[in-house]
Amino acid sequence: MTNQEMLFEYLLRLGDNSLILGQRLAEWCGHAPILEEDLALTNIGLDLIGQSRMLLSYAGEVEGKGRDEDRLAFHRDTQAWRNLLLLEQPNGDFAKTMARQFFFDVFQYLQYEALSSSKDERVAGIAAKSLKEITYHRRHSSDWVIRLGDGTEESHEKMQTALNELWGFVPEMFDMDAVDEAMVADGIGVDVASLRPAWDAQVNAVLAEATLKRPDVSWSVRGSRDGKHSEHLGYILAEMQFLQHAYPDAKW
Amino acid sequence: MVTLLNVDDVRHVLELVKDPEIPVLSVADLGIIRRIEYAGDRLQVVITPTYSGCPATEVIETDIATMLKLHGITDFDVVTEISPAWTTDWITADGRRKLEEYGIAPPERKSKGALLGFETVTCPQCKSTDTRVVSQFGSTACKAQYKCNDCLEPFDYFKCV
Repeated sequence: MTNQEMLFEYLLRLGDNSLILGQRLAEWCGHAPILEEDLALTNIGLDLIGQSRMLLSYAGEVEGKGRDEDRLAFHRDTQAWRNLLLLEQPNGDFAKTMARQFFFDVFQYLQYEALSSSKDERVAGIAAKSLKEITYHRRHSSDWVIRLGDGTEESHEKMQTALNELWGFVPEMFDMDAVDEAMVADGIGVDVASLRPAWDAQVNAVLAEATLKRPDVSWSVRGSRDGKHSEHLGYILAEMQFLQHAYPDAKW
Repeated sequence: MVTLLNVDDVRHVLELVKDPEIPVLSVADLGIIRRIEYAGDRLQVVITPTYSGCPATEVIETDIATMLKLHGITDFDVVTEISPAWTTDWITADGRRKLEEYGIAPPERKSKGALLGFETVTCPQCKSTDTRVVSQFGSTACKAQYKCNDCLEPFDYFKCV
């Protein structure tokens, strides 16, 4: 891969993470347990979709084949997507949505904090802007993990089950491959493996306050960097891309 | 021969463009106009988005373009720049006053401390500082929901970023 191709790949990973999680959160619209959470989840989703627009637009420019943000969002099939497997997992109950969000918010905060000083000015600008939003996302999901964990017996159990179910998707966030290494070498990207201790410290602190146990599961899955996804991504895309497939280049 | 409006005149024209979600605020009050400048005869209005996903951003761009055309300016670009990132510290004193009169508590300055949590928010109705957060997310991305413990009124708070 050329440097340009690697930067494209790197931007896709960032942009796809935000878009797929944003799409998942949008599914809560009209379905959240309380009105305040309906607003919160969709607002957070909107922030994420906004981030992905900036990242995918830039990715399209770097690629130089005339693909814009919409082309990349609506005309790629599953194997061309680079979002983390964690983020495409179904919403489940509210606890599961919060567990997924909490794991990612803590990760994304650390990742974007580091990206804010990227040598690539465009990446640094997007990261610095998004970081302010992520600060609120992280506060929101941390609050809920604590509230549910340290709540009733039932909410505690549901929160613990959710953490356990998603724990196997955590290691993938910290994987480094040749593209990540090259981006770190160029001063553009982040060494995500080095973020693990800080992530563990933040997560452990919240879990302790929430009286929850750090999950102890032996399995883990990975594959998104090579376009290997769970079956769930196909369903997300079927819904998200429907309009553009049925009515190509539709505008309103 | 068309006479070009000078930069100050353009600034006045842009004060007529309101935020579609909070119509008491102009785009100038919001602090989203970065620069107004001419490159030769072509006007450039450089703006910044507030939140990444704010749906008002595109409406504002269109509204700026419409307002410029209404004032006879046809040769212009509206350019978006994201860096340095917009902060609520850029909302003008006038803008803060208008927000409060409208019933939205303006952001407690400074954004740096507030982002870490724990700001004291003043009720826009009775001015009590005994208020509590109902939800960190409100009717738009930029607002949180609060309630006053004294007058019991619920209200929106314009979050610090």
